[in-house]
Amino acid sequence: MCLGVPGRVIEVDGLVATVDFWGLRKQVRLDVVDAPVAPGDYVLNHVGFAIRRIPASEAEDTLALYAELLAKEAPDDLMAADVRGELDAAPRGKT
Amino acid sequence: MSTRASDAAQLKFRDPTAARALGAAIEKVTREIGRDPVSVMHVCGSHEQAIARFGLRAAFPPALDVIMGPGCPVCITDVPEVDEGVALARQGVRVATYGDMLRVPGSAGSLADARAAGARVDVVYGISQAVELARETDEEVVFFATGFETTAVATAAEILRGPPKNFSVLSAHKYIPPVMEIVAEMPGSRVEGFLAAGHAATITGSAVFEPFVERHRLPVVVAGFEPLDILAGLLRLVELIREGTPLVENLYPRCVSREGNLAAQEQLWKVFRPLGGRWRGIAHVPNGNLRLQDSWAHLDARRRFDIDVKALWDFAAPSLVQQCICGEIMSGRQSPTSCKLFGKECQPETPVGACMVSSEGTCRIWHQYGGHPQLRNVGAEVTP
Repeated sequence: MCLGVPGRVIEVDGLVATVDFWGLRKQVRLDVVDAPVAPGDYVLNHVGFAIRRIPASEAEDTLALYAELLAKEAPDDLMAADVRGELDAAPRGKT
Repeated sequence: MSTRASDAAQLKFRDPTAARALGAAIEKVTREIGRDPVSVMHVCGSHEQAIARFGLRAAFPPALDVIMGPGCPVCITDVPEVDEGVALARQGVRVATYGDMLRVPGSAGSLADARAAGARVDVVYGISQAVELARETDEEVVFFATGFETTAVATAAEILRGPPKNFSVLSAHKYIPPVMEIVAEMPGSRVEGFLAAGHAATITGSAVFEPFVERHRLPVVVAGFEPLDILAGLLRLVELIREGTPLVENLYPRCVSREGNLAAQEQLWKVFRPLGGRWRGIAHVPNGNLRLQDSWAHLDARRRFDIDVKALWDFAAPSLVQQCICGEIMSGRQSPTSCKLFGKECQPETPVGACMVSSEGTCRIWHQYGGHPQLRNVGAEVTP
């Protein structure tokens, strides 16, 4: 519950962004993010809210862990389950 | 996200040569400190998950003790707080909360028990889903809010946005910085430095730890969640211990700044005020709880409802709970394997204490990833 998950912003509509998480598109709220967000930016997300804009040059350093966790369907992997729970917190976005 | 980007990051953060080099450097510095053990604490369930999942304890030198402190928000939700949620549900109010909260035992059963007895308890992944539930009904819906400052900012944002009239919040949110003071001051504490949780610090910024470092002369290093992030954080931490220079260092600048997320902090403190209260099994933590400000009294379930927790006390507490040492585990004085219930009477399916319930609980993590992840001991046996 203290793990944020990074994703790439596809579209911004007011305080809601469509964010891509490894092909999964979700609606993420922008109420508390620290900087203006535009398509192409990466954001760190927690329980359906973006909490930080990650500089694009550094985003890929943050992604590998999650890619690995999501790649394998291991039902008893607690950390992977928490990451999936984070994604489930955000409503499905426009595809 | 291209595969190429992932591959690049994979190399950078998983490079086994780099991991071995970091492990060797940690060992060298720990040896130079000359104490055995050198104890450091992290305060984040996700850090423990990564340490256990990637077997990082195998890379730690035997003299370095990396302890998980009170980093699981569900685990430190105190019995009276669980009782409030259970009492509300039993009184017929619809309660929405995170899945991990369901089986956390109160003084007379959990929310799962209340649900089995007919109460309305909904599992949600975030507060916005609880607000949606309220919009779809005329019933009163209470969001039983748990989590550290990272999660509390989402609660703050929904409250500021204006939820429907039949929605209210039972806040069990907790604030991490004050509990580090408590752990550092505990009699017999051996903790010589802290690894701070990257994503909580995304909100507060690394500067929030500066007064703590000043007061206690203990270093704090902010670290991310990749295996190499954690190893690099630990290396810097033991270096600071060796040098006797208590400082705050941020080794996770891609997600954490010195001042933190100011927009989120502003919303957090507009909605919440810090209040002292007990953290389960640990202590009374001054300013450790986040409660709704008076201006949001109309959204505070504690003020909207007459929560009758006393009605629960007719049920006898299970006797096994008396033997649970969750509190000592969360304050870093014991490890799960020193508990006689661990893996026996206390299992993920039949948890006795909260540490075995949550995916971020120390006992649950150790149980899931092999029970006793001190792999270095295995290595010690084969290396004469």
